[in-house]
Amino acid sequence: MIGPELALGLEALVASSVGILESTGTGIALDLDLEPAHVVGAGGAIGAVLRHWVYTYTKLADADSGFPTATLAVNVVGSFVLGVAVLAGWGDSTMQFLGIGICGSFTTFSSFSVETVRLWEAGDRRLAAAAAGGNLLLSLAAIGLAWVVVTVTI
Amino acid sequence: MTRDTDTDTPSSHTHPLARLETLALIGIGGFAGANLRFFATGLLPEVGAVLLVNVVGSFVLGFLLYEAQYTGIVDRQSRIVFTTGFLSSLTTYSTFAVQAALAASPIWFVAVVVGNYGLGFAGVLVSRALARRLSGGASV
Repeated sequence: MIGPELALGLEALVASSVGILESTGTGIALDLDLEPAHVVGAGGAIGAVLRHWVYTYTKLADADSGFPTATLAVNVVGSFVLGVAVLAGWGDSTMQFLGIGICGSFTTFSSFSVETVRLWEAGDRRLAAAAAGGNLLLSLAAIGLAWVVVTVTI
Repeated sequence: MTRDTDTDTPSSHTHPLARLETLALIGIGGFAGANLRFFATGLLPEVGAVLLVNVVGSFVLGFLLYEAQYTGIVDRQSRIVFTTGFLSSLTTYSTFAVQAALAASPIWFVAVVVGNYGLGFAGVLVSRALARRLSGGASV
């Protein structure tokens, strides 16, 4: 038999533990009220380190042809992920962290433009045109694929 | 030559802490670069902001690399950290590509692509001219 005091006590206990669960369950993502700039910056740091990893520890940067494969790879992959995030309509915090932060920093325009101009200067004009067109066409194709993925899964 | 524009190759004799330091500096550069890009989108319409950071980033990266080629005042390690961490994070291809893909009209698509490509490449060429001038007109 449970007395009224004990029942009330249990109720209070359950209520307070639910309260704790609620505050911890949403606390990390929402309740901390992070500055958008910090969220973007944290994502940017992760994106930059990931890009450095691709350039340094994969074989992509060592292509014998002189074609900037690593830049093409990060740009196409990053465009795909950003495409999914935008087309799926993910929330503000996710867009700041993953979209603007990680994808924005993981992909690069400055390396692309400098590499392309240098290929052109070096007389590798077909490679320069391939870099310019390849980055655009494959990134657009990746966003098209993202659209297919989002439409099929949602 | 082109493969080494913006990165370093891992050397087996680098001390692990030195590698960690490089990663930390690249992370800090990425934080600052992404932040500045985000700040620019608060000042300008998004297409204009991305165009601005891409052109400025292309110009500065081009200048640092041509400067290294002609005079080499900036230390190699700090150049790598600054270019890989900060500049490459300041500029972005993914947002540009999504803006092009979601362009409201074919004319707007052409404007976004020609704007970023044309002004980005022009930024690199201007940086080369400036680096040459500063190096005392050395003919390379």
